[in-house]
Amino acid sequence: MGKHIVILGGGTAGTMAANRLCRTYDRSECRITVVDQNDDHLYQPGLLFVPFGLAQPRHLVRSRPRQLAPAVDYKMARIDRVDLDARTVRLAGGVRLSYDVLVVATGATLLPEETDGLTGPGWREKVFTFYDLPGAAGLRRALEVFEGGRLVIDVADLPLKCPVAPLEFAFLADWYFQQRGIRDRVELTYVTPLDGAFTQPVAAGALGGLLKDKGIELVTEFALGEVDGEGGRLVSYDEREVPFDLAVVVPLHGGAAYVERSEGLGDELGFVPVDPHTLQLPGRPEVFAIGDAAGLPASKAGSVAHFEGEVLVHNIGRHLAGQPLDASFDGHANCFVETGFHKALLIDFNYDTEPLSGHFPGPVGLPLLKESRAAHLGKLAFEWLYWHSLLPGRELPGIGSAMPEHGKRRIFH
Amino acid sequence: MPVVTYDNTDIPVDDEGFFTEPARWTEPMAEQVAKEAGIDTLTERHWIVIRFMRAQYAAKGTGPTVRVLGKTSGVSVKELYQLFPKGPAKTAAKIAGIPKPRGCI
Ligand SMILES: Cc1cc2nc3c(=O)[nH]c(=O)nc-3n(C[C@H](O)[C@H](O)[C@H](O)COP(=O)(O)OP(=O)(O)OC[C@H]3O[C@@H](n4cnc5c(N)ncnc54)[C@H](O)[C@@H]3O)c2cc1C
Repeated sequence: MGKHIVILGGGTAGTMAANRLCRTYDRSECRITVVDQNDDHLYQPGLLFVPFGLAQPRHLVRSRPRQLAPAVDYKMARIDRVDLDARTVRLAGGVRLSYDVLVVATGATLLPEETDGLTGPGWREKVFTFYDLPGAAGLRRALEVFEGGRLVIDVADLPLKCPVAPLEFAFLADWYFQQRGIRDRVELTYVTPLDGAFTQPVAAGALGGLLKDKGIELVTEFALGEVDGEGGRLVSYDEREVPFDLAVVVPLHGGAAYVERSEGLGDELGFVPVDPHTLQLPGRPEVFAIGDAAGLPASKAGSVAHFEGEVLVHNIGRHLAGQPLDASFDGHANCFVETGFHKALLIDFNYDTEPLSGHFPGPVGLPLLKESRAAHLGKLAFEWLYWHSLLPGRELPGIGSAMPEHGKRRIFH
Repeated sequence: MPVVTYDNTDIPVDDEGFFTEPARWTEPMAEQVAKEAGIDTLTERHWIVIRFMRAQYAAKGTGPTVRVLGKTSGVSVKELYQLFPKGPAKTAAKIAGIPKPRGCI
């Protein structure tokens, strides 16, 4: 009898995993089902470019089932609950799926309503987020008519997907207003709950330096308590204020609501607390989580989902064969950071090693932690790679799950 | 590694003053650490958070973030900032004698 692998979520992580698994097993060995609540697969990295008119919303969305290999069963339904003891998933409408292996890949959800006032007066008029399609499109119109004043970019709290995206937004805003010839009339401020521009010190230094060079004010350790849209103020829990004419806020993130409803599956924020190396839920060897849904000390990024996928497929194979798991995820992430003026910089890091300078993936490659035109071209090429290589679950030559060390300049503290 | 004296006992701490050996913490030490952090008296509301921090550390190996504290400790984020004005998760962890909470990325 074949086994049934059920993958919850057909976004970046779920689609890549399903297609990779499909290549590993034939249908008689394993049946693979993917469940998602809608049919529109959104290329999320493209959201960054929409507000600046550099990407069109309609070009970022493609049919979700068409990204899946034909042998994958696709079900469009909202997931209602997982019963870990019974090994079943209940879908809205009452259908139940039983599984031998469950992969949770339902990503992160935006929770703007959890911050006082964020979705109150001024929401989508002078308070925006670019983290979803309607928000990014609305922000584009707001930027077009913005003739000067205070533009504030704020990260509400961690974790957030693609932690560099708000910084990229700030860099691109500087570029955008220069191109429009009104940069001198715009005050740009970057507000973060962290004590620097980024989590790890070397990257925080490099990225903080870029903010400074571009004349973007940095406000740190600001825990967003309230957004006063009418009065144009961000207020922190310790009662500091940042005034704005236009605010771009990255809202709180949580896991999918059904994860919290399912006993034993999620943590306090609805993420699945899997083992950081095996991606397996403690005490439930048949349950794995990858991508943004996983509660790991790694970045919530598509690149991480890609690297995890390699480890996941191997470990599912070992689990199904009754063997101990031997593949281990190292937390590897790499991100292109768009900095405007046709430049970007690349960062590459994992659980133990913070972003370093040098080159990627080897001594001859893209410069790390340094702006270059090549990295900008890399970022643009990424969209094509995403649809044609990453989602179909192909390996990228020379870029594997384990973080490469050669070509990097080590820094000793 | 720095050593400080609380409750007549030598306690190893990290560079930022967080306990590295939570087992050596006692309740009288909390009052002293709190004073150093600018909190003169620990009220029952403070103690709810301090005990919660220790229980979470024992269960998970790291103290909770402010957001998780607000969701699970029974004390709202707003009140947490009133009780521990400068960074509740860090201050409460220091007073509770546990290492600095690991944030997420
Ligand atoms: C503005 C922005 C820029 C970004 N830039 C980059 C970048 O440059 N590089 C990079 O690597 N990453 C980037 N990312 C992050 C990247 O897009 C995510 O990390 C990635 O999509 C995570 O994949 P995932 O499959 O875990 O989640 P998702 O792709 O979000 O997929 C989750 C899926 O689960 C489904 N789902 C959720 N709940 C339910 C339910 N109850 N029932 C049924 N289905 C459900 C959703 O419909 C969704 O399709 C960016 C993200 C944003 C927002």
